[in-house]
Amino acid sequence: MIHFHKVSKRYDNGKDALLNVSFELDQGELTFLTGHSGAGKSTLLKLIMLIERPSGGRMVICDQDVAKVGRSAIPYFRRQIGMVFQNHQLLFDRTVYDNVALPLIIAGYRPRETGRRVRAALDKVGLLDKEALNPIALSGGEQQRVGIARAVVNKPRILIADEPTGNLDPGLSAEIMDLFDQFSQVGVTVLIATHDLGLIARYDHRLLSLDSGRLISDGMDQIAADPHHQIYTGGY
Amino acid sequence: MNQKATPVKNTAPKGATAARTTFKQRFESWREHHKEVALESLNRLLATPLPTVMTVLVIAIALSLPAGLYVMLKNAEAISDDWDGSAQISLFLHFKTSAEQGRKLADTLAQRGDVKRTEYISRQQALAEFEEQSGFGDLLQELGENPLPAVVVVYPSVTDLDAAEALRLDLAAQGEVDLAQLDAQWVQRLYAILDLGRRLVVALSIGLALAVLLVIINTIRLAIESRRDEIIIVKLVGGTDAFVRRPFMYTGLWYGLGGCLIALLLIQTLLWWLDGPVQALSELYRSQFELSGLGLEVTFLMLTGSILIGLVGARLAVSQHIRSIEPG
Repeated sequence: MIHFHKVSKRYDNGKDALLNVSFELDQGELTFLTGHSGAGKSTLLKLIMLIERPSGGRMVICDQDVAKVGRSAIPYFRRQIGMVFQNHQLLFDRTVYDNVALPLIIAGYRPRETGRRVRAALDKVGLLDKEALNPIALSGGEQQRVGIARAVVNKPRILIADEPTGNLDPGLSAEIMDLFDQFSQVGVTVLIATHDLGLIARYDHRLLSLDSGRLISDGMDQIAADPHHQIYTGGY
Repeated sequence: MNQKATPVKNTAPKGATAARTTFKQRFESWREHHKEVALESLNRLLATPLPTVMTVLVIAIALSLPAGLYVMLKNAEAISDDWDGSAQISLFLHFKTSAEQGRKLADTLAQRGDVKRTEYISRQQALAEFEEQSGFGDLLQELGENPLPAVVVVYPSVTDLDAAEALRLDLAAQGEVDLAQLDAQWVQRLYAILDLGRRLVVALSIGLALAVLLVIINTIRLAIESRRDEIIIVKLVGGTDAFVRRPFMYTGLWYGLGGCLIALLLIQTLLWWLDGPVQALSELYRSQFELSGLGLEVTFLMLTGSILIGLVGARLAVSQHIRSIEPG
């Protein structure tokens, strides 16, 4: 579903954000992406969302060679990918319902179908009773779940989450992780970028570790095998 | 990865199937979406009434200036259209021409195709008329001799000014005629002024249309800037440029429409305000003249024009900024 082959990204200032990164994520796979700040996590996610273009290598996402996706095709490409943001990226000038409905309105669903799907997504994240509220009235955990509902409402094939549990307590983090688990079980490829070692340790998922733009490990349960957290030096 | 023969979505559990919609559904939701965006754009404008009213007023004033001038011009043209009823060519005859010769000339000229009728005014008649109208009768008595020539008044059947002028030249060549005068010089002058006015309307329209365009571009630019975060989110969840553009296009449309409606209102108020004095003036001249408005055609033209300016302005503003606002 996501295929990186020797992908590099060098920014205009000459900094190499990613160097020869290769990996493959299958359909329905749930993977953690980790690494300290500046290791290239954000760049990797931006490449998948086509916010940035790779300066070398080949990327195939949802069976599409990314190099062949032109500017005007980017919106349609992005509709296959749901993204959950660390800072939620919600719009505070409209209701929870309207926030979640946004991808469906953009994709051109009829109001009735939109309503059905939005309520299903809100039900999934346990916020059905909050649909008429402004997201500003919600707690951080609830806002994050609104973001997740919006990311999955269009039934994307890929779900990307950037520090989804960043500001949440462990209990809420676990709830969010359960949601991601459920999505991966129905065939969604889930990639979660996180600093949260505790979170990674609690789950038995594949782990991609980045350090200075290089993929330094790709395997299951790296944390358990590396109790001293030498995989990276993120200051934890 | 390359499983073209067995597409992934078929093997996937139902939950992950990318949703498909038919064309008809898409069209319906597209239409619904346009309606919603149009209303939402309007609501946004109404939510900040003061800046909106100010912008709309600027547009309205800019539009009503050339339109108002046009209305004035049109009415002036209507006045000048009345000239053929009043236009006449006065042929002042030589003093040596006898009354009989004068009458004969008048009769002959009346036969012409380009002459409606003629009227002979003898020297005595002219004197009597002058005495009656001017009140200087006593003074003329003092002069002893009648200083006034006999006149043949020719009423042309041609209505346009050039033909009337040609007729005048033709008549001036008659032996008995000392001086031929077309009493429509004021019409000629008015025509020249109107021609100038028409050009002024065109120049003013172009200049102020440009001003309206710039006002709209700038207003929309600010609106785009204030919705920067939203644009980024919309782009991240797959919004096309057209989708991002749409609310701003409607904003431009509303500004154009609103500005034009207020401009029409301003002009109507002006006409209503001027109507009383114009009626009074018209009565003094015993004229049937009545002020006319913009007319349906020009109103329609103004509406489409200003809406078009709104849309073009919005489009220019958005295309300038839409690419610079990208997630990242």
